[in-house]
Amino acid sequence: MPLAKPTVAQIQELAARYPSKQSAIIPALWAVQHEQGYVTDEAMSEIAQHLGLPPSLIEATASFYSMFLTRPEGRHDVVICINAPCMLRGADEMVAYLERQLGVRDGGTTADGAITWHSTIECLGACGGAPMMQVDHRFEENLTPERIDAIIERLRKEPAPHYPLPGPPHKGEGAVQAKAAEPAKKPARPRAKKVQD
Amino acid sequence: MAIRPLLTKDFATENLEQLPVYERTGGYAGFKKALEMQPDALVDMVKKSGLRGRGGAGFPTGNKWSFLPKGVYPRYLVCNADESEPGCFKDRYLMEESPHQVLEGILIASYAIGCNLAFIYIRGEYLPQHEALEKAIDEARQSGYLGKNVLGKGYDIDVILHRGAGAYICGEETAMLTSLEGYRGEPRLKPPFPAVKGLYGKPTVVNNVETVANLPHIVLNGAEWFAAIGTPTGSGTRLWCMSGHVNRPGNYEMENGTPIRELIEEHGGGVWKNRTLKAFQPGGASMMVLLPQHLDVGLDFDAIQKAGSLAGAGAMVVMDETTCMVDAARRYVKFFEHESCGKCTPCREGTYWMANLFDRFEGGDAKPGDIDLLLDIGYNIDGRSFCPLGDASTWFPRSVIKFFRDEFQEHISEKGCPFKKSTVEAVA
Repeated sequence: MPLAKPTVAQIQELAARYPSKQSAIIPALWAVQHEQGYVTDEAMSEIAQHLGLPPSLIEATASFYSMFLTRPEGRHDVVICINAPCMLRGADEMVAYLERQLGVRDGGTTADGAITWHSTIECLGACGGAPMMQVDHRFEENLTPERIDAIIERLRKEPAPHYPLPGPPHKGEGAVQAKAAEPAKKPARPRAKKVQD
Repeated sequence: MAIRPLLTKDFATENLEQLPVYERTGGYAGFKKALEMQPDALVDMVKKSGLRGRGGAGFPTGNKWSFLPKGVYPRYLVCNADESEPGCFKDRYLMEESPHQVLEGILIASYAIGCNLAFIYIRGEYLPQHEALEKAIDEARQSGYLGKNVLGKGYDIDVILHRGAGAYICGEETAMLTSLEGYRGEPRLKPPFPAVKGLYGKPTVVNNVETVANLPHIVLNGAEWFAAIGTPTGSGTRLWCMSGHVNRPGNYEMENGTPIRELIEEHGGGVWKNRTLKAFQPGGASMMVLLPQHLDVGLDFDAIQKAGSLAGAGAMVVMDETTCMVDAARRYVKFFEHESCGKCTPCREGTYWMANLFDRFEGGDAKPGDIDLLLDIGYNIDGRSFCPLGDASTWFPRSVIKFFRDEFQEHISEKGCPFKKSTVEAVA
């Protein structure tokens, strides 16, 4: 599937923005993944073409970074942390619960195509709200079975999220897309907000 | 010494992430004042303030700046927002609550070192924080704080927000620069240090988010004022990310030197469920475990180092009596195994081997010689790896073996985890 026009425009804008066009590889991969859901060989060739770099270079970079997906996944992406700080607050129980409720194993996609979930040992930066997970890259903290149920119910109904194209400033078609991608709510805040005495 | 809001003093203000609100709290006054000063005077000021890098190594920021070779341009500033150390969530908090404070710090640092193009390398997982910074950059550009001829002072500065894609190693400064250049995020040999040959082969300074967030306050209030806060060798405050078995986990900004006891017992509300403290870990996944006997150690780079651990990136993971120390260490080792970039053999193979051994302990397959085998592997990784990731992967497990060797023995004799808290399957 060829890349959409705003994505191509964004890649070209990025190439001009950095002192070296090679620096635009990772943002370009993000632009592709946010448009198509994952990164295909075909898309990497197209990135290479727009940046004037060999495709092998794009693939070498893409294969290093764990957030770039090479296969299509469900509409929603659920990642639950199992590193030590989350483990201390019951992450394993939440993982077991999530697996049972979704009915698919770690890394799998639900039969209705709504959710792909996996556990991660890579800390997601919300240990103060452990156990936690990221749903479509947004923080869901202080998980309980009830909260997990509510999130699953919501995700089964919701369409896939729109992500903003990387790199400011958005012009032309990119701007429209970026605007549509405004988050529905403010990002979750760390639990103990009080730092004053 | 106690809780001391400095970076977080205005965090109760509604909508602080918006530029006009941030300005009303005194925002960008530091940058305006900096623009009236000579860049060299700013470097001296930061040197005198005693500010040390908040990313983990605690290197004096002003000294780092002064290593840039004279007359070599362009120069780059890269703000390290790749916060990925397990247990740390302070930069996230700063970027989310007050992105303009971070940006103002970046502008001050850029002006001080003579840089016209700065980068923020933010981890891929921090999408909401990416959005907050992106909005702040747009607002600042519209208000003339960045762009050409900033505030009519003849200084040009632009900031590029660069999103990583899930690699802990990119928090290491040379790997970060390699990644920013578009390559696989593998570390580079030092020397040459980034100050001499950094991004695109040009002189580069890499500063942590919390480090730069201190700059507006230092410029506004002076080096002496800042140096008077905290300890003689650790001026200022730090954000401590408290997690694990405490009643009130979260971020707490503490004056350097405050006893750890005060953080955990007073602000964190003590160990949860009326249990007793077994151990705690300052600094993050990499750092050595400390025991209740260390509770009166001060929250300070040097004091924590003297006690046998490191302050690192300001995590405080609290573990109660029910914690399986073997499993805690296993998670961290698995993390390093997952995040090893594969460039050097001791780290790539060593972390893999350690992780296998830890699975044996937790799964009930460990043999009597396995404890010493773990120590032997650790010894062969530490100091023999290409970058600190490999070294640091061994510190926590080795310190746990030192203090809790009997727990490893129990895992062997009972053929499995005596705490029965977790299952091997949970960790893929």
